[in-house]
This record gives sequence, structure tokens and C-alpha cells, in this order.
Amino acid sequence: MQDPFKIVIQDFEFYYGSVMALRDLNLSIRPHQIFAVLGPARSGKTTLLKSLNRLTDLLHGTNHKGQIFIDGREIYGEEVSLPELRRRVGMVFDLPTALPLSIYENVAYGPRLKGMREKSRLDEIVATSLQAAVLWDEVKDRLPSSALRLSGGQQQRLCIARMLALEPEIIMLDEPCSGLDPISTASIEKSLMTLKEKYTILLVPHNIQQASRVADRVGFFLGGEMIEEGSADQIFTRPQNKKTEDYISGRFG
Amino acid sequence: MRISRHFTQEMARTLIWIASFSTLAVMFWILYQVLREGLPLLHLSFFLKPPREMGRAGGIASTIIGTLALTIVAIVIATPLGVGTAIFLREYTREGRISRVIRFGTDCLAGVPSIIFGLFGFVFFVIFLGMGWSILSGGLTLTAMILPTIICTAEEAIKSIPYTYREVSYGLGGTRWQTIRRVVLPNAFPGILTGVLLGVGRCVGETAAVILTAGSSFLMPDSLFSPIRTMAVHFYILAREGISMEMAYATGAALIILILIINTVANLLLFRYVQKG
Repeated sequence: MQDPFKIVIQDFEFYYGSVMALRDLNLSIRPHQIFAVLGPARSGKTTLLKSLNRLTDLLHGTNHKGQIFIDGREIYGEEVSLPELRRRVGMVFDLPTALPLSIYENVAYGPRLKGMREKSRLDEIVATSLQAAVLWDEVKDRLPSSALRLSGGQQQRLCIARMLALEPEIIMLDEPCSGLDPISTASIEKSLMTLKEKYTILLVPHNIQQASRVADRVGFFLGGEMIEEGSADQIFTRPQNKKTEDYISGRFG
Repeated sequence: MRISRHFTQEMARTLIWIASFSTLAVMFWILYQVLREGLPLLHLSFFLKPPREMGRAGGIASTIIGTLALTIVAIVIATPLGVGTAIFLREYTREGRISRVIRFGTDCLAGVPSIIFGLFGFVFFVIFLGMGWSILSGGLTLTAMILPTIICTAEEAIKSIPYTYREVSYGLGGTRWQTIRRVVLPNAFPGILTGVLLGVGRCVGETAAVILTAGSSFLMPDSLFSPIRTMAVHFYILAREGISMEMAYATGAALIILILIINTVANLLLFRYVQKG
């Protein structure tokens, strides 16, 4: 029987030096759902995302306890290839981070690292990725021009396209709409709804309304601890924990 | 009495103007002096003919070749070494004992006067390794001399690349080397080029270390083991030994033109590079 969960996190803790950023986390995430990681600033949301593709490894003096499994395989295991893991678990950061390359080369960056050289295949991936990120129509005539000339919203969608070009299984979006106008936000949210048919999505929403619009399940984080986890419906209408209720109703955060 | 804010503002502005204009004035005065004396003697044949009668007559062809050969050897060796060290310091080690030792070493090298490099090169390359006075001995000596400059500027250039670029590259499945090759080096290129140019400037202008390691023969070199005379050394000998002030000035003018050409070409390269990106 197939494991119903894509990601299983067991007794996970994460430290930056002596500062604990995630505490005693147990969480399982099903495939083809949008899981919203909700919580105020400094509650461990970004740390959770970066632990899942081990981008936290880039920092010195970090430490973790516990285990994270993706498809039943421990990602902190000895034999895990980091480039391979990061291709399977794509990430988009909270600020648009276009590389100083052309639009085309930004999207082709991941496939090229994997060793793909064939021009027609790359063209195809670039086109489908940009279409999936709802950016194609705006940039199809100027793929060779610099990505830094795009607007913030376009750059953010470029980052999503760049991640999709990896053909990942899990996609993680860390406040992908912070600093975006309502129209770009709507188009990103629209594309999320189609993307979840193919991927498992972790989203740090940039506000509670966004979480309620797109999420299937929600985890509420506070001070590195997951206070409550449940279906979006339940969390937003009948939160079990007083802190969750306070946060949802806007009493803090 | 209190000095008004307006007055101090004016004072500061005036002083800053004086500072920048005196710098420019000194530079132009030197250029003017050398070019006024030297330019009238510059004919095509001066560039194409080797020196005769100790440099009293003829041209400077062999010294141009000598200068270029020596500089190319030094740059070709020092650039990969220096950039490699900078990459190691920035991307492969954390701040720790090894990086401190390397930095201490380069800082020391940077503070050593060139004549000491010359002496080292003479003892080590010329005598001990038996390379004699040659382009190779001189080039290797100059390599050691310009390494600190190249390491330091390359490291600064690498340091200035935003951390997010690296995070993105690793996040897209990049290995360390892929990240260095595709993100770090291309973005550090303009800064690295600046360091290389500073190195070129020092090689072209160096005399003491060159005389001790590459000799002062103005015969046309035919291999890396031939001794040579650079333009700067030629200038020095012509002036110092009173052979011909006219020819010295002409050589000086040619040297200035060479440096201008190198800098212009490098800037064009840089401009095209930035345009492309």
C-alpha cells in the first residue's frame, strides 16, 4: 500500500547556534494539497521550508534533531544527494531573486545544471514553465533580455517558472506575494490552484486571507512551535487553540 | 564665535575641489612633461627597430616585446592562482585558522618592497633553479609581487555578490562548483579584471625586481629563457647612465601610450561584458 503522506516530519527540532527555531515538530503532509504554514514573523516558517530542501546546510553552526522523510526516505541520511533533493523540493523565496541573466537563462538554469544541453528540449521546458507561472504572454517576445528589467511581480513569477523547470515533486513558496500588487497576487494564486494537481505545495501565505483562499490544510506556528494543524475549513471556522483563534481573528501578528 | 553651517559647508566643498583638482593637475603635468619631450621623437620606426649604440640610436622594438612577454607570463600565472585563492577563501573555507594564515601571508607579501622580490627572484629562480636572467625568472618574480593585489581585489569582488544568488543556485540543484562557475565568477568578473589591470600596471612599471631577475639585455628574445629589457628598465638605464635623455623621454612616452592602450582595451572588454549581461 502506498504511503498516504508525501512528507513525514518526526520530532524535528532546529537550532541556529543555541537559538531554537523549530521545536518538537510532528507533521505529515499529503500529496496534491496546498499546506499553508501560518504564523507571525520569527515563528519558524522559513526554517521549516529551508529544512525540507536542506538549504539550511549553507549556514554555519546550525543543528537539528529528529527526522524528515520524503516518500519514506530520510532526507538527512548519509547517501542523500543534495542537488537531487533540491531538484525534487523546489523553493521560491519571499523576495524576487532573479539571477542577473536573461529571462530564458534564468528558467533554463536548473535544467542546465542537470546537464541538459539540447536546445529544443530547453526551449520547450522554458515555454511550459513560463506558461505554468502565468508569465509567458508577457515575456515570450523578449526572452533574451535581462531578467532584472522585469517588474517585481514578473520577477516573482519568473522565480516560480524557474523552480517549475526543475520538474520538482514538492514546491515551497515563502510569501511569494509579498510586495506584489493584487493583480499579480491573483494570477499567482490562480496558478497555484492548477499546480496542486501535479505537486505537493507548501505555502507561507503573506496574510490570513490568502491562506483561507487557497489552502487545503493549515498549520499554525508560533515561536517555533506548531500550535495547531488541521483542514483550512476547521482552522478558520473552529480553531481548537485559543492562540490560533487570537491570531486568526487578528488579535496579534 | 560659532562658525556658521553655511561656512563649513563651503569650506568642505572648496577643500574637496582643491584635492581632486590637484590630483588631476599633477597627473596632467607629468603626462605633459613626458609627452612634450617624447612625442616628437616617436616615429613608426622607433617602435619597429631594436635599440642601437646602447640605446643612443635605433628604436625600442625589443623592449616592447620584453615588456609584453614579461607581463603576460606574470598575469597568466598570477590570475588563476590569485582568483583560485580568493575562491578558496570565500567559498571553500569558513573564517578560521587556515584563512587567517593565508590572509596574513598575502598581507605580508603586499607590504614587501619590490626590490626584495627582486632579490628573492634572483636567489631562487635565477641562481637556485638555474633559470638565469630570463623572461621566466622575471615573470615568476612579478607573479609573486602582484598576487596579493589580485587575491585582494578578487576576494572583494566575490564578497560583494549577494548571498541570495548563491542560495538560489544551490536551491535549483547546483553543486558548489556549478554555483561558482555560473553565478560567482561571472558576477565577480569586472572586479577581478580591475585587480588584473592593477597587476599589469605594476608589471609594466617595475624596474628594480626586473633588472635583478630578467636582466637588461636589449637583444630580441627568442624563448622564455632569454633575458630581456623592459621599457621601464630601458628608460631607467637611458636616464640613469646619461646615455640619451631624448631617447629616455621617447621611451617614457611610448610606455604611457602602451598603458593607455591596455586600459582602453580592458575597459572596452568590460563594457561589452556588462552590455551583454
